[in-house]
Amino acid sequence: MITETVVDLSRWQFAITALYHFLFVPLTLGMTFILAIMESVYVMTGKQVYQDMVRFWGKLFGINFALGVTTGLTMEFQFGTNWAYYSHYVGDVFGAPLAIEGLMAFFLESTFVGLFFFGWERLSKQAHLLVTWLMAIGTNLSALWILIANGWMQNPVGSEFSYETMRMEMVDFAAVLFNPVAQVKFVHTVSAGYVCGAMFVMGISAWYILKKRDLAFAQRSFAIAAAFGFAAILSTIVLGDESGYEAGDVQKMKLAAIEAEWETHPAPAGFNLIAFPDQETGTNGLEVKIPWALGLIATRSLTEEVKGINDLVEANTQRIRNGMQAYGILLKLRQKTATEAEKAQFDTLKADLGYGLLLKRYTPNVSDATEEQIKLAAKGTVPWVAPLFWTFRIMVASGFFMLMVFGLAFYYSAQKTAWHKPWLLRLAFYSIPLPWIAIETGWFVAEIGRQPWAIGEVLPTFLGTSTLTEWDLIGSITGFVLFYTLLLVAEMYLMVKFARIGPASLHTGRYHGEHADGGHAGAVFADKLNDHV
Amino acid sequence: MIFDYETFKVIWWVLVGVLFIGFALTDGFDMGVGALLRYVGRNDVERRVAINAIAPHWDGNQVWLILAAGAIFAAWPITFGAAFSMMYWGLVLTLFSLFFRPVGFDYRSKIADPRWRNTWDWGLVASGVIPPLVIGVAFGNLFLGVPFQFDEFLRVDGTARLFGLFHPFAVLAGLVSLLMFTMQGATYLMMRTDAEVYARSRKAAQFTALGVFVTFALAGVWLWAGIDGYAITQEPPHDSLPNPVAKTVVPMAGAWLANYVAFPPAMLLPALGLLGALGAFLLARANRAVLAFVCSSLAVAGVILTAGVSLFPFVMPSSTNPNHSLTLWDSSSSHLTLAVMFWAAIIFVPIILFYTFWCYKQLWGKITVKFIRDNDHAVY
Repeated sequence: MITETVVDLSRWQFAITALYHFLFVPLTLGMTFILAIMESVYVMTGKQVYQDMVRFWGKLFGINFALGVTTGLTMEFQFGTNWAYYSHYVGDVFGAPLAIEGLMAFFLESTFVGLFFFGWERLSKQAHLLVTWLMAIGTNLSALWILIANGWMQNPVGSEFSYETMRMEMVDFAAVLFNPVAQVKFVHTVSAGYVCGAMFVMGISAWYILKKRDLAFAQRSFAIAAAFGFAAILSTIVLGDESGYEAGDVQKMKLAAIEAEWETHPAPAGFNLIAFPDQETGTNGLEVKIPWALGLIATRSLTEEVKGINDLVEANTQRIRNGMQAYGILLKLRQKTATEAEKAQFDTLKADLGYGLLLKRYTPNVSDATEEQIKLAAKGTVPWVAPLFWTFRIMVASGFFMLMVFGLAFYYSAQKTAWHKPWLLRLAFYSIPLPWIAIETGWFVAEIGRQPWAIGEVLPTFLGTSTLTEWDLIGSITGFVLFYTLLLVAEMYLMVKFARIGPASLHTGRYHGEHADGGHAGAVFADKLNDHV
Repeated sequence: MIFDYETFKVIWWVLVGVLFIGFALTDGFDMGVGALLRYVGRNDVERRVAINAIAPHWDGNQVWLILAAGAIFAAWPITFGAAFSMMYWGLVLTLFSLFFRPVGFDYRSKIADPRWRNTWDWGLVASGVIPPLVIGVAFGNLFLGVPFQFDEFLRVDGTARLFGLFHPFAVLAGLVSLLMFTMQGATYLMMRTDAEVYARSRKAAQFTALGVFVTFALAGVWLWAGIDGYAITQEPPHDSLPNPVAKTVVPMAGAWLANYVAFPPAMLLPALGLLGALGAFLLARANRAVLAFVCSSLAVAGVILTAGVSLFPFVMPSSTNPNHSLTLWDSSSSHLTLAVMFWAAIIFVPIILFYTFWCYKQLWGKITVKFIRDNDHAVY
């Protein structure tokens, strides 16, 4: 029996495991690229310090990567274990990019990550560099396919419902591949990952510089991360804006909810900088508006309207009525009692079938839903406005703050004066959590903004679950939370420990705090290194 | 699309089988090494020998599992949902145990404290024992039939069980699987280690190879004498749109052996399973590590192919309502999806095999106690 509690718990489990997985993925995306850049510099210049950089940052990357792998497995299995009806209903389209991701990207990344760590002695410099690049490319391709799958959930193109098989089926693979939402999301998301990796390397390097240790090592790391991070944050923000434009095009409800735009205003719409949305009454408390801004972001014009939530709900009410009709005919089609005329009518109505399914939450027989139930379902097409409004603003504010941090860091490190500005170094260090805040709130905006749909306008989330009991879910969620917490404690412990030890953890005898074979020989060598490289 | 729908359905049945075999062969020896870790390594440095024999490769190998699951998702979406949700607790336990691997491998060596290392050791043992056991039990349940059916909208209707999965036959299948994976691990370690670790691996290889021989034979006899299979008595054409509730299926004694009666050369597959295990035993005894591993691999392939061919065309029979059983004919994806993924597989599987072999080649050689001591900070 699938109760509301089972649905809620399934969603909680997915959200917990996805948000947790997404703590590690962005850092992996960014770090693999930074490592590849550092190693390219090593191969080109031949300077040992660059190899040490790859190996040390690689160590921290490895600690993070382990949990990325651990938690990624859950994500794939979970579609089958907890979202069985979803798997059946959309697997024909959604499953393909996941499988291709495995073939094209995940194998590449996972095979070469081993060689990255263990191949230093066995491979030539050039061969090892190739391995590192292949690992980085694999990681990024992996993100591409996952976001093609996710993009399809947001904007299900290239597919059609088939009443014979009772599922969505792919009709145009190229459309799924070149889904504009997927492409924009991919670049926005991987750029955010690069920002994350850059902030991580830059912040920790800043700390070494503040402590006046391993300067040659830390300054070079800082400079590479600042340059890479500056480019990445620019790309993230520009592509984020592009995301907003795409949403204005295909996910109008999500956009309106993010902006707490209840009514349709004459074009160009103003942008709510601050607002206190009230979901019940469909109005905002206090509003601080920037005139024209929303219209410009969402439509790139001064004349097009941005539809408000209340008007969208009105339009959705009509689509729900169409959906009820479609559902009625679907029943007949399944029982093979439909006439040819009804079949033709179904084809015209089936785009709204998903809206009809929304009523399943209120009545098992969609076709005889009452006016009251239709109203409830229509109101249910509005996602959580206030949380979306605020998480979106946290994400954007973090983004612009990071733009400033990277801008300053890049400018002063290009001037070679960044190392003498403790305020800048401290700013870089304390900014380390910002990418994660932006990324997790970004996930929230993207996925909660999609509600009540699992697949936009096709499959309501609550219908997608497996047939499980509340106790099944309570049991598994407890297990996930318990294991994940333990693993996170171990991960953070090691990460902090090795970040503190710094490049001395490579045991080369060249770095701060090493007393191996000959007391201060290591430190002396490190000073020499500082002079020479 | 080059092939018709029916052909593609068969091709994907074969490809899913290939992915499972890829998983059992490669991740199989990783899990086998995990299961044997505390036996082959009596102290920390010996355990590190065993761990480092698989350290650079286990992550790539695990992708076979991810890909096998992904291929089922994409090629048989309804089976993916039905099988994974009906075996909910088996899958969740497998996941929990697999959590220990990435962190076990990477974190273990980072701190020298014996308690820290022992904890991760036992985590690695769990991650080497539980997944093969559960996967074997799950396969065993396929032969017994799984209690589920579909409603009018093809939603799965059934109960996810935990203890219900442990029918004695399913437990026996779990043992076959566990012994098989452990045999892979033991013969792999024979190739990659020396001295004490080699000697213990050799012993383990002989024991597990014999174990595979006996349990696999026993499972065959049990299947023949004591387990009713399912047979299709009427069904829509194979190239029709998939509809898992349109056929008639009856339980029938001996039905799981019907394919061998209809096509006797298929008997070569169980023979391969048995002879491979026997060969692995004899060659391990004779200190022929590489050949023992090859035989072990052949045995693994033989056992998996035997299971697949016995069930054919079923992929998950239903004991609640046999008519709702899932077969490769009626649980497939659309023609286009099967075609797209076929091309992806044709292009990428050879590339994957090429660079995987290249990686093994680069890092091949014996891992010794001296090597671990010399590279204390660079290896796991």
